[in-house]
Amino acid sequence: MSFEVMVQQMAEGFVQTFAIFALTLLFSLPLGMVVYFGRASRIKPISWLVKIYISIMRGTPLMLQLLVWYFGPFYLWGMNIGNYKFTAIILACSVNYAAYFSEIYRSGIEAIPVGQYEAAQILGYSRGQTFFKIVLPQVVKIVLPSVTNEVINLVKDTSLVYSISYIEMFAVTKQIAAANTTVVPFVIAGVFYYIFNCVVAFIMERFEKKLDYYH
Amino acid sequence: MYLLEMNHIKKEFDGVGVIHDISLAVQEGEILSIIGPSGSGKSTMLRCATMLETIDSGEIRYMGERAVWVDESGKRHYPKGEEAKKIGSYFGLVFQNYNLFPHYSVMKNITDAPIHVQKRPKEEVYREARELLAKMGLSDKEDAYPCQLSGGQCQRVAIARALALNPKILFFDEPTSALDPELTGEVLKVIRSLADLDITMVIVTHEMAFARDISDRIIFMDQGLVALEGTPEQVFGADHARMREFLGRFNEN
Repeated sequence: MSFEVMVQQMAEGFVQTFAIFALTLLFSLPLGMVVYFGRASRIKPISWLVKIYISIMRGTPLMLQLLVWYFGPFYLWGMNIGNYKFTAIILACSVNYAAYFSEIYRSGIEAIPVGQYEAAQILGYSRGQTFFKIVLPQVVKIVLPSVTNEVINLVKDTSLVYSISYIEMFAVTKQIAAANTTVVPFVIAGVFYYIFNCVVAFIMERFEKKLDYYH
Repeated sequence: MYLLEMNHIKKEFDGVGVIHDISLAVQEGEILSIIGPSGSGKSTMLRCATMLETIDSGEIRYMGERAVWVDESGKRHYPKGEEAKKIGSYFGLVFQNYNLFPHYSVMKNITDAPIHVQKRPKEEVYREARELLAKMGLSDKEDAYPCQLSGGQCQRVAIARALALNPKILFFDEPTSALDPELTGEVLKVIRSLADLDITMVIVTHEMAFARDISDRIIFMDQGLVALEGTPEQVFGADHARMREFLGRFNEN
């Protein structure tokens, strides 16, 4: 197999990798905020449940969670999982990353001085206005470097879907390498991931620069 | 009519009494300074008046209306919804450490609440904000961010921000405690200029000379009680052991 064909096949696989990456981010970033609110809830049972959920998400391998999300419905209810694989992947990754993001958001929200809330209260801002106008913009700035870390992790974690035989770039790479007895596809895959992460880091750095106007 | 009345206020933190039955009243146009040693409950009193802390006993009235009270069973009654908005609009507060919003420019710090809380027209708010900035000597700082300003400038912006909402009474919680003597001077000058505008003010301060010059009335607090109250002459001239001791420490510095 020629080098060009290898790259082309892997690029096709990369489309799937990117889809998993993009959809997971799309769902997990806002979901993380919901999880944070659950954890911060004054209703104790909700806060406990959310804490247990975060603990499990962080305490077990994502690969294991993928297997459970995918095969679970079949073993438990005999559900037909023929067309369910991609959904299972997005579910597993989103729910897992939301747990990490919620903890990052928490670190940011807890870093906002109480004086900011007091000033907002005295000026008459509602609770919603205080959160969205005063607190959240400052939180974004604080958490951006940690979020970048997680996003880069996600790029690499997409390769875990190989464990439930989903065909994306990593699976394609393994197939080509096995069929042609060569390590070249591994190197190409490494370059793909690396360049993608450079782009991610570059974009996130631009965001950080944009928020550099105050400290 | 009194703008503010605080009657028989008691407040404790974790079972330790900080304010033991204090009453005070502020008339329209009056400048009241509260002085006293650290831990005497001065700031707590202001925080109770501005509802940043809840009271454990007593009542607070604004414009003659009962705003906050604690009934016989010990239940606290705090205003909610529209009522809370109305009462909140009566007063402003200037914090010791400014508490400006770091992500907003000077102009936005001042104009955002009038526009989005009071829903006043933008042009009018901006015009007034520019007048306030001119009064504060900060006309050239409209587009600056708080991190680009000195402490004294920040505090002046904070004063402008409080004034922009047109409160009937303005509270100052040790407004110069975080500033060096030079910056303290410029902030005190601004507060003095407000006195000429007949704005009602309650000032918690450690600046004795300033309090003596500017105040119509002074309250000397000690250990959660009003130890002495009167005109500056009466309070500073009083033959009061605790007051003498307190002033003595100041004079030594």
